[in-house]
Amino acid sequence: MLRDDVIEYSLDTHHSEEQGKAIRKKIWMVTALLTAITIIEVALGAFIKQGSGAWPFVKWSFIIMTLLKAGYIVMVFMHLGDEKKSLKYVILVPYFLFMAYLIFIALMEATAVGNAWETYGG
Amino acid sequence: MAGHASNQIDASTLWGGKISPFSTSYGKLMMWFFLVSDALTFGGLLVAYGFTRHDAQDAWPIGEETFNSLPFLGHGYPLIYVALMTFILIVSSVTMVLAVEAGHRMDKKGVIKWMIATIIGGFFFVGSQAWEWSHFIHGSEFGKVELADGSQAIVKGHFGEIKSFKVLEAGKHHKKGEIITEDLMHQYQHAVVAGNINNSIVTLHDGSKVSVDKAADEHMELIIKKDGKKYKVGDHIKGKDACNQYYDAINSGTPRKVIYGANLEENEYGPQQYGQFFFFITGFHGFHVFSGVIINIIICLGVVRGVYHKRGHYEMVEKTGLYWHFVDLVWVFVFTFFYLV
Repeated sequence: MLRDDVIEYSLDTHHSEEQGKAIRKKIWMVTALLTAITIIEVALGAFIKQGSGAWPFVKWSFIIMTLLKAGYIVMVFMHLGDEKKSLKYVILVPYFLFMAYLIFIALMEATAVGNAWETYGG
Repeated sequence: MAGHASNQIDASTLWGGKISPFSTSYGKLMMWFFLVSDALTFGGLLVAYGFTRHDAQDAWPIGEETFNSLPFLGHGYPLIYVALMTFILIVSSVTMVLAVEAGHRMDKKGVIKWMIATIIGGFFFVGSQAWEWSHFIHGSEFGKVELADGSQAIVKGHFGEIKSFKVLEAGKHHKKGEIITEDLMHQYQHAVVAGNINNSIVTLHDGSKVSVDKAADEHMELIIKKDGKKYKVGDHIKGKDACNQYYDAINSGTPRKVIYGANLEENEYGPQQYGQFFFFITGFHGFHVFSGVIINIIICLGVVRGVYHKRGHYEMVEKTGLYWHFVDLVWVFVFTFFYLV
């Protein structure tokens, strides 16, 4: 089944044996990195109690590490880093704008609702 | 790689409407658009979770309080099990990207090998989730207790083993003086929930009254999750006092003073919504993993039959790969926001 409307783009990603070696090396490097981050996260979560003095720092480092992991998965494993710039931004920019807005508005609203319960009883 | 294609296309094709603005095939582009919309769904779910949690504050359970068990090894291993699940999913994502890489070299055997590894990893993850759900639904040995002042507390510590029941008063199935040694925990919890315990005398399902031979509980601690007249959310009750208050509730003879496990209406871990979010978010993700495994199997069969080799490229593997990585990506966020933070 030859489909002339897709074939030239679909062939673009082909690479040789030598290029493959370099790509595989990168994949294993990223694997090691993702594993290391997960181990650090679990260690922090198991040893530092919520509500302790170091907790706010730990919480934010969780979020940063998660975004780092997500970045590597999307850019390397999903090959978005290898796509055209325009495609990259069409995917990422609207999503981040919308999510940032949603998170902001939901947390503000949650605080207000929490205060209302506290003031008027539940 | 991608991106150079537009330079190679001649002018007649360029102006003939055959060019993709992103230099990717239609199928891959649509997979990306689908993934963005699916990511919005998961984003919405996690934000809703964040909203509810932010609103509930201290009453919300902490991941390491709820998820601290391993199969065959019991309690006291906070987060290790989910970390293992996370690792399994990351590894299966790696084997998938290796399958895609093999496809780019037209290495059919390599694609098959790595895709089978991915499918096995996927089944392991789904199986782990089944264990976790079962554990979450059945709950701990202590359950959640409602204290005399109306506050509710989760219970930490080591539950002393129930060794036997001694029948004091005969019922339908048991004679007086008989020692019961089977199915003890289940019958005991049943009696606790039904409020069939008075002054440490348990009334079993068949009407027989028994006394319980049970080892002492150790390191008991009550953590308040719902305000009462005396205790407020976040209070800790330790030692003898914790033990007394817990068994006062059990011995009160009132039904549902203690509940075990979780369903959609109540759970022993925290507010009602906690259980609902757990079932919905991990369930929705688990459904994605399951359908991902099915799709991978279908595509893998296509690879074995040589469909994509004949086509001249393994883009179908790349597209299911995108979906599979997305499933991993979602889990990274679920792991952080449901279990860690």
